Amino acid sequence: MARKLLLEHINVPQINTLAVYREKGGYRAVEKAIKNMSPEDVVEEVKKSGLRGRGGAGFPTGMKWSFLAKPEGVPRYLVCNADESEPGTFKDRYLMTHIPHALIEGMIVSSYALGAKTSYIYVRGEMMPQIRILERAIEEAKAAGFLGKNILGSGYDLELYVQPGGGAYICGEETALLESLEGKRGNPRIKPPFPAIAGLYNCPTVVNNVESIAAVVPILNIGAEEYAKIGIERSTGTKLISASGNINKPGVYEIELGVPVEEFIYSDEYCGGIANGKRLKAVVAGGSSVPILPANLILKTAKGDNRLMTYESLADGGFATGTMLGSGGFVVFDEDQCIVRNTWNFTRFYHHESCGQCSPCREGTGWMEKVLHRLEHGHGNLSDMDLLVDVSKKIEGNTICPLGDAAAWPVASAIRHFRDEFEWHVTHGEESQTGNYGLAHYADPLEPVI
Amino acid sequence: MADNEKIKVSIDGIPVEVDPGTTILNAARKIGGDIVPPAMCYYSKLEGSGGKCRTCLVKVSKGSEKDPRPMPKLVASCRTTVMDGMEVQNITSNEVIEARKGVVEMLLINHPLDCPICDQAGECHLQDLGFEHGAVSTRYEFERRTFDKIDIGDKIQLHMTRCILCYRCVFTADQLTNQRVHGILGRGDAAEISTYIEKAIDNDFSGNVIDVCPVGALTDRTFRFKNRVWFTKPVEAHRDCPTCSGKVTLWYKGEEVLRVTARKDQYGEVEEFICNTCRFEKKHTADWAIEGPRAVAHTSVISSNHYENLKPLQVIKENPTLKEANKYQFERSVRL
Ligand SMILES: Cc1cc2nc3c(=O)[nH]c(=O)nc-3n(C[C@H](O)[C@H](O)[C@H](O)COP(=O)(O)O)c2cc1C
Ligand code: SF4
Ligand code: FES
Repeated sequence: MARKLLLEHINVPQINTLAVYREKGGYRAVEKAIKNMSPEDVVEEVKKSGLRGRGGAGFPTGMKWSFLAKPEGVPRYLVCNADESEPGTFKDRYLMTHIPHALIEGMIVSSYALGAKTSYIYVRGEMMPQIRILERAIEEAKAAGFLGKNILGSGYDLELYVQPGGGAYICGEETALLESLEGKRGNPRIKPPFPAIAGLYNCPTVVNNVESIAAVVPILNIGAEEYAKIGIERSTGTKLISASGNINKPGVYEIELGVPVEEFIYSDEYCGGIANGKRLKAVVAGGSSVPILPANLILKTAKGDNRLMTYESLADGGFATGTMLGSGGFVVFDEDQCIVRNTWNFTRFYHHESCGQCSPCREGTGWMEKVLHRLEHGHGNLSDMDLLVDVSKKIEGNTICPLGDAAAWPVASAIRHFRDEFEWHVTHGEESQTGNYGLAHYADPLEPVI
Repeated sequence: MADNEKIKVSIDGIPVEVDPGTTILNAARKIGGDIVPPAMCYYSKLEGSGGKCRTCLVKVSKGSEKDPRPMPKLVASCRTTVMDGMEVQNITSNEVIEARKGVVEMLLINHPLDCPICDQAGECHLQDLGFEHGAVSTRYEFERRTFDKIDIGDKIQLHMTRCILCYRCVFTADQLTNQRVHGILGRGDAAEISTYIEKAIDNDFSGNVIDVCPVGALTDRTFRFKNRVWFTKPVEAHRDCPTCSGKVTLWYKGEEVLRVTARKDQYGEVEEFICNTCRFEKKHTADWAIEGPRAVAHTSVISSNHYENLKPLQVIKENPTLKEANKYQFERSVRL
């Protein structure tokens, strides 16, 4: 059995309450940090653990913390990004619903480490139940003396607020999130300055994902060295993966980074194989923004090594043959799924969610959606694929925030790996409306199960 | 580094020295000429403007003397400050030219291209941009986005269909006027300039949103359909105005003042914002002290009818047959 650090007690009844959470060792990290460690010690511990941001970009958390500017007399803020809206990703919601105190405890120790006296959890607006759960947990923690004035008699004060989000995917982008938190329209800011220098209300701010913050708790509990032993190379610790699609056991899994992708898909401990005895066609490994890979490339790298669930292994081969771990939204497609339809669907999402500030993203996402819609409905042209790739290139890298890239990559990668299926939609327009292109050459390289 | 020390940068190989904190775009403007990136959203007089349209993208091939690594992506020159020793490529980089072509194409796919009936035609930055940096034709084959026209009070009309969402008018409404009633509603390509339920922008400086608009999305209702700008003559004039500087450009057709605008510089930015009284109410020569003709760039269609520097085209001079045929013209130009 793989080691569980975040979801160890997920099945304990009432683990969402402070009492049960404490029975299972909860709030030990707060006691340890506040009583025995200086803020710098905590930052050092997180650095040593090798923890990388779980929100998508994988930026080392300890390093991010050490970049935080600390001018005299200016408040600093910690903001937790719980806006989770990426199609395919639902791990933060799971954690907050079932073990809210894991996040609250993480917020307390992280705020302590950063010297923040006011911290915010910005929760996706649609997640009303989770907002209530978190608010209740904060009340409990406050009553127990873990929040508020003079925490555990240390003289450290912390107020923690939950802010319902603005109801837009773009509010998950860290600077748009800060704008939204300030009560403005959630438009991403132009960087620099980065939040570490001028973030919330122009003060130094750290924005971290729910899972990144929650992971600080086990890091303090078991020690950075122990944490860093889990995983491979620069992918340390455990990671929550939201598995969905045509698998037998969809759900949120905590994996030790380094699990082979094949094991993750086929073993009973995780996804339990492809549903209904079908075969694997493709995987989107890290949420809708990352490049889609066909079965052969997701299971093995282009060099022929087994692909592992790590930041490095999934990225092996660059965008030509690799992808990204992203936010861990693992979407599995079986042989009956249509890649053109899926690409259209993702693009429709990005078109709908573009904030509209930069011309390439505002106009390009809509353009790609229209072309894909036409292709999907059998009215496309053979030149549409080159057009789509070109439009995606005109967006990629030329925008204010990474939503532009996130809209471009799924399209470019789908055409890179599944061009024949797109062409089939053109040459077999009518047939494509009722039938399916199937597996073709990127067929599942494994033996059929039966 | 001392405060007054200058920073050395080069843009397309041309060196220039600027103050610390200067943006690449402004450093390029200091050099002037072809290497100045086009700017559709940046407006030096509006705080926070820029960074959005992406037409001013440039390549930083050397970050600085201290850290010579190139920047990984193209950057918006209007919002990127220069570093000592920075090397920037604009028109010498194919990557930049390609990206810019893409941006122009994107700006145009949902634009109505109704120039023949648009008041802005002739002084439209999108026209200039398309002409100078765009591709010959579009690859867009779908229906274009449209919005209904909205009157913002009795003086200004918003034609959202033409808008490129540069946010300049939003910043203007925010920074020049006391009461903020102007913002953006909606998202992505459905985003629209809003006056919060058509509430009239009722204050002395609201008319400036017309001048800052690079396209014909915000137009002067007192000038609507009166004339094409290239048939009117710009004349500099001033008056003693209690509210603003009173320095304007009057646009004449014959004896009649058809329109009053602020004075715009070579980048289309106003020199000084003017008040609504000057703009909308003072349309008689008697209201103004005339200074003289306003110089307009000779490349602009506005100057095309003003025959100030009539010179026969080069090709004609070099072709003996045409030379003979245009003999009279040549003699005239020599006489002139
Ligand atoms: C369009 C967009 C949406 C994003 N949405 C989220 C989100 O919902 N949750 C999240 O944690 N990070 C999201 N991010 C990433 C954040 O900008 C930021 O990198 C992250 O919160 C940093 O936290 P980490 O270092 O702990 O990963 C998004 C980024 C973009 C560009
Ligand atoms: S890339 Fe898209 S979402 Fe991001 S700032 Fe630009 S328009 Fe907005
Ligand atoms: S002028 Fe720089 S992005 Fe618009």
